[in-house]
Amino acid sequence: MRIGVPRESKPGERRVAATPKTVERILKLGYEISVEAGAGAAASFPDEHYLAAGADVVGEEVWDADIVLKINPPSAAEVQRLRAGQLIACLLAPALDPDLLAALADRRVTALAMDAVPRISRAQSLDVLSSMANLGGYRAVVEAAHEFGSVFTGQVTAAGKVPPAKVLVIGAGVAGLAAIGTANSLGAIVRAFDARPEVAEQVESMGAEFLRIDVEDTGPSADGYLRGTTADFDAKAAALYAEQARDVDIVITTALIPGRPAPRLLTEQMVASMRPGSVVVDMAAGNGGNVAGSVADEKVVTDNGVTILGYTDLPGRLPTQASQLFGTNLVNLLTLITPEKDGRPVLDLDDVVVRGMTVVQRGELLWPPPPVQVSAAPAAAVPARVEPKPVTVKDPRRKFVYVGAGAAAFLALAPFMPQTFLPQITVFALAIVIGYYVIGNVHHALHTPLMSETNAISGVIVVGALLQLGTGNSVITALAVIAVLIASINVFGGFMVTYRMLNMFRKA
Amino acid sequence: MELTTPTLVTAAYLVTAILFILAFANLNKHETAKHGNYFGIAGITVAIVSTIGLAISRDGWQVLAFIVAAMLVGAVIGIWRARTVEMTGMPELIALLHSFVGLAAMLVAYNSFLEAENVPEVKALYEALGTTAIHNGEVFLGVFIGAVTLTGSIVAFLKLSARMKSAPLVLPARHWMNLAAVLVSLGLMVWFVVEPNILPLAIMTVIALLFGWHLVASIGGGDMPVVISMLNSYSGWAAAATGFLLNNNLLIVAGALVGSSGAYLSYIMCVGMNRSFISVIAGGFGTDGQIAGEAKDYGEHREVSAEEAALMLAEASSVIITPGYGMAVAQAQYPVAELTRRLRENGTEVRFGIHPVAGRLPGHMNVLLAEAKVPYDIVLEMDEINDDFPSTDVVLVIGANDTVNPAAIDEPGSPIEGMPVLHVWEAADVIVFKRSMATGYAGVQNPLFFKQNTQMLFGDAKVRVEDIIAALPVKVSA
Repeated sequence: MRIGVPRESKPGERRVAATPKTVERILKLGYEISVEAGAGAAASFPDEHYLAAGADVVGEEVWDADIVLKINPPSAAEVQRLRAGQLIACLLAPALDPDLLAALADRRVTALAMDAVPRISRAQSLDVLSSMANLGGYRAVVEAAHEFGSVFTGQVTAAGKVPPAKVLVIGAGVAGLAAIGTANSLGAIVRAFDARPEVAEQVESMGAEFLRIDVEDTGPSADGYLRGTTADFDAKAAALYAEQARDVDIVITTALIPGRPAPRLLTEQMVASMRPGSVVVDMAAGNGGNVAGSVADEKVVTDNGVTILGYTDLPGRLPTQASQLFGTNLVNLLTLITPEKDGRPVLDLDDVVVRGMTVVQRGELLWPPPPVQVSAAPAAAVPARVEPKPVTVKDPRRKFVYVGAGAAAFLALAPFMPQTFLPQITVFALAIVIGYYVIGNVHHALHTPLMSETNAISGVIVVGALLQLGTGNSVITALAVIAVLIASINVFGGFMVTYRMLNMFRKA
Repeated sequence: MELTTPTLVTAAYLVTAILFILAFANLNKHETAKHGNYFGIAGITVAIVSTIGLAISRDGWQVLAFIVAAMLVGAVIGIWRARTVEMTGMPELIALLHSFVGLAAMLVAYNSFLEAENVPEVKALYEALGTTAIHNGEVFLGVFIGAVTLTGSIVAFLKLSARMKSAPLVLPARHWMNLAAVLVSLGLMVWFVVEPNILPLAIMTVIALLFGWHLVASIGGGDMPVVISMLNSYSGWAAAATGFLLNNNLLIVAGALVGSSGAYLSYIMCVGMNRSFISVIAGGFGTDGQIAGEAKDYGEHREVSAEEAALMLAEASSVIITPGYGMAVAQAQYPVAELTRRLRENGTEVRFGIHPVAGRLPGHMNVLLAEAKVPYDIVLEMDEINDDFPSTDVVLVIGANDTVNPAAIDEPGSPIEGMPVLHVWEAADVIVFKRSMATGYAGVQNPLFFKQNTQMLFGDAKVRVEDIIAALPVKVSA
């Protein structure tokens, strides 16, 4: 089947749904692929690179392919180009845009929403929300640093002391964690807050201080997103934001729950209380905004000199990397639905991942999917700790009993042993005891040389054979010669190989 | 001709025995290990020279021709094999050397019997002492242990050198066959002691050869570390039995030292797999049809490219490499050592974590890494390194599987439950080098591969490590 990758029509969009690298992987799945001329130009992927990777570069007929891979939802004009039986995979925001779903159903296509991937571990490799949020979080810090009139890292210079910037990140999802990591590596003091206390560990692992408020634990949510908060919680969180707003230089808000308007976190008073020159990045501006006064896709400067950035295309501002990650998510989707690697997609609706993403199938609306109950919070999965098996504490007296029994048995048997046998047994028993203690001290790393050394020492059996050579009986002599020969192989070979090995061990 | 050795030779044998004990005592750590080898060489030299002297004084100078010829040929073959063997081929060589001890013990025991029967003076001596029956019993035991060691080691050699399938041979009623072999041999021993003649001895030899063959053939390739140590032990007992029948204390001491050494190593290996010695010897995992672990959906694994792996390594400040038999198979120890060197030059802390049963021989991985010039002080044992995984950035799992399987700890009922394993999954990132998603020796799926911090790098380990080295960013001097 043929896959088409059209140029994105949304104004300002610089990303593309396939890169030369992902093209190679798509071809391996048995598909053919057409890329619209100039599709990757804005993301620094010229047409020649696609050609070199094995794609065809075509014009408008890219829409005739059996499968269309895109970033953004199709525009009204693009929807009209779709034909029955086609498969399209892109962002669809199914919860927010029922009209688009209806339009797609009308065209009798099958639509997979890349932003409706269930939040389960198995599906992470196709989750564009995660991969894009990760870039978005990074870019949010870079944009803030660009607007911010000071450096992030603290320094003591000849021209005076530079204090480090203080950054507050609200919402420690993928974007928040990426922002924390980026701000931290730029040298800022980073604090973070999230209504889910179970993420504190992740926040701290990224190098930020986790701010806590004193409320009852709401418990981890079943779908990995925050559920509704209590009034008590909201009041205490607001107090925390107000206090922090007066102190920090940069605020990055990432509180966004898909399919719902963004919660309002920073009020006008809080923004007004911030120092002039401070920067607020509202990563939820496209869904109503976390910050009072933020405007989607705009930079706003308040009366007191606080800059509020409401860019919604943060991942798109890193078009090369964003295209690569988005493209890889799409390849992983294709891998999932092409089990035979024969270029034929198979939608297995019993698979919760496929079911969740398939919002329209051949004109039939399948949104919303049945809920998937998988927690993204590691704390929720309390490991079924295996009860340690009760260790049977051996009675120390047993040792004495064993030794005593052994000695008694030996003494009982000894009188029946022939005279010559007793001294031999004595030597034998003492040698075993010495062997056990001496070998027990040998370092693990030297066990192989130990074995080859024992090989060589077993070759001492040669002394037995040497004394059998001179009986005058030709059969005995022949057997003895063979025994001397092979035992000598052991003696010489064993010591030689031990020597070789021990020479190899060297210290740094 | 006399049975007891002259005083001077007896004294020499005592010196040898002490030198052997010193040899093992010095092998205990790297710094003195070479001295141990020298003590061993000195010991055997004393023993051989004094014995040759005794043989010449007793049998005349004509025996010297046989001695020189046989020992020269043996020395040439032995030194040639020892110099040319690949370190990955050590298990085979050691198995082969075990079989030689078994064969030599068998021949010496047979000879001792033939002497007592055919050389009148020797026969008269035993009769005068009244120890003919004891001697015959010792002959019988010596041949039995020698024969079992011989064929068992040959099968181990064939399996290790892939000349024979490494899968366990499962014959119907195999445990009963083993038991029957032992009981029939016991019966033959009674016959032989009561009425010494070559027939029962010959029948038992055939039975013992088949018994040794079957014993090892029914053990799978992954249990080879235990089998090799066990055969090491047998070869020692064979030498000790020879010492009893020849009234030679040196052979008894050397045999007992080697025998207890092998037994101790077998014990360590069994602890490393959390299995009883009996269950290993009686046949490996899953051989009773319980190819264990129900197919469980662990989700999907993620792949990583060599370039991405190189980037992760370049940014890591601490790396632990856990090799397994797969590294030996792919001959990847040289590129691994090169990668280690490059990372260490870059200031990265690189260490190795070695599971007790990694490889096909106790300490096999250590020898391979030493061959590739990895310094031994960064090669650590499982117990030394297991607590350090949480503070490690990247773990490279190269050709290991069951020894890094978290199911051993958190999945009750798993066939490998309770086996001590390397806790690699506690590190920030784990990169697993593997040919495919096939299961390890134990036939158990490894949930490690599906963990969120695990990424798979498929392909030949050697090629992949070389790819990583090629992709390592060149360090720009600041």
